[in-house]
Amino acid sequence: MNFIEARKLVHEYIRRDEDDNVESILTALDEVNLDVKEGEFVAVLGHNGSGKSTLAKHLNVLLKPSGGTLWVNGKDTEDADNLWDIRQSTGMVFQNPDNQIIASVVEEDVAFGPENIGVPTTEIWKRVEKGLKSVGMIQYREHSPNRLSGGQKQRVAIAGVMAMEPKCIVLDEPTAMLDPNGRREVLEAVGQLNKEKGVTVILITHYMEEVIRADRVYVMDNGKVVMQGTPRAIFSQVDTLKSYRLDVPQITLLAYELRNAGVPVPEGILTRQELVEALCRLY
Amino acid sequence: MLRDITIGQYYPADSVIHKLDPRTKLMATMIYILSLFIFRSLAGFAAVTLGLFLVILLSKVPIGYMVKGLKAIVVILLITVVFNLFLTPGETLVSFWKLRITEEGLKNAVFMTVRLIYLILGSSVLTLTTTPNQLTDGLEKSLKPLNKIHVPVHEISMMMSIALRFIPILIEETDKIMKAQLARGADFESGNLVKKAKAMVPLLVPLFISAFRRANDLALAMEARCYHGGEGRTKMKPLKYKGADGIAYLLIAVYFAVVILLRRFL
Repeated sequence: MNFIEARKLVHEYIRRDEDDNVESILTALDEVNLDVKEGEFVAVLGHNGSGKSTLAKHLNVLLKPSGGTLWVNGKDTEDADNLWDIRQSTGMVFQNPDNQIIASVVEEDVAFGPENIGVPTTEIWKRVEKGLKSVGMIQYREHSPNRLSGGQKQRVAIAGVMAMEPKCIVLDEPTAMLDPNGRREVLEAVGQLNKEKGVTVILITHYMEEVIRADRVYVMDNGKVVMQGTPRAIFSQVDTLKSYRLDVPQITLLAYELRNAGVPVPEGILTRQELVEALCRLY
Repeated sequence: MLRDITIGQYYPADSVIHKLDPRTKLMATMIYILSLFIFRSLAGFAAVTLGLFLVILLSKVPIGYMVKGLKAIVVILLITVVFNLFLTPGETLVSFWKLRITEEGLKNAVFMTVRLIYLILGSSVLTLTTTPNQLTDGLEKSLKPLNKIHVPVHEISMMMSIALRFIPILIEETDKIMKAQLARGADFESGNLVKKAKAMVPLLVPLFISAFRRANDLALAMEARCYHGGEGRTKMKPLKYKGADGIAYLLIAVYFAVVILLRRFL
């Protein structure tokens, strides 16, 4: 069984008026199928309102499906008994770094998760150290989060999740509020966790550049999964992506325009290096 | 302007008092406040003064720094003095026009002023030597017995520590909103008090909305990290009494006994 398996997952936001009559139904997830293997790096792309954040909140059982099934780590999310197990095995990092840091000292914030699941004190200290080291923030352990940059705060948040020793991290637009430097810091930390510790990563984003290092990409639009495949396969379909109001990385776009202009470069070029090599081979 | 507000006003130093368990310090402060209202005589006054100044010396917090905290209560002090001086019945010392100062009034005024000043100084020793986090931890642990009568002790202390964490963030946000409104021509400075208060409305509304949004986000983030109340929770830094705390409790007991004895016999 895959680590995450969603079958025909449906979520509806129902708005009711004062008499409890249904006023409107917004289908945020529409029969979504999702399969993530352990150790994979999966990206979910989508424009605002495509349902990608709703999907993320299901993986941590912050929301429950209105229809369909979702299995995380071999456990059904419908079953209330599985709630804490799932939340521990699948950590979550949110968009706003300020709104997810609870304590006023970095190390105490990282300890918050382990404290909640009842880890003994000596073990907490070890986990905090390990968590902070894994994102390169150990030298800030006694600092106040208020003095850190956005990227550093987000790395502390990741350390806080890592200290719970999850198998999977779901990151819901973790870089949306960061500057380019912070964005790079966070992505590097995430990539490292995936490669070195074998943590399954699910990255929700609308930045194309962040998707390149993923193993597989899901593209969502209007609550449906509309495309899925390797980044290369996805980005070779520039026109389809544009119809979902998504842009491709600049280099891919350049290669695409070159092809349209009659230069026979291959499809699905992702990096500058690849384009340079393709062009050198031609001329 | 808003950045000058410091809550808790922790004064970092390496002293015996700083290292004491927050529960010990809370207890000591309570006993101290009680003792302030027990002493009547000059001897009692001397005992309390001696106790207070010994602790201040031990805490290594400069006395000038503490006295600054008294500025806030000058008005209250003046009112207390005036009322006690003129409104206590007894033997007249001086009288002019319709007012008269009695001997008892003078005595009361002096003692009340001293009590209030000592009250502020004593409790500021607590807040200056204890970090807000330690303080909430100490409160949580000391008030734990109240859990039995369904007082949500853990929740209250969690709220306190989250509030402390978000004060600087909300202050920053207020600054930002203020600048945004100023840039669009808002006027926070001129006019009388009513006008100034009205000018605050466009500041408070967005601040409240954003505070609620933050609260919602934070609640989600806490739930995602398995927060489910105080039950079964462990601590990274559990409070533990050390040898010094035992000695401190002993000294507090001796101090309290002395103050009570002085009231009875002197």
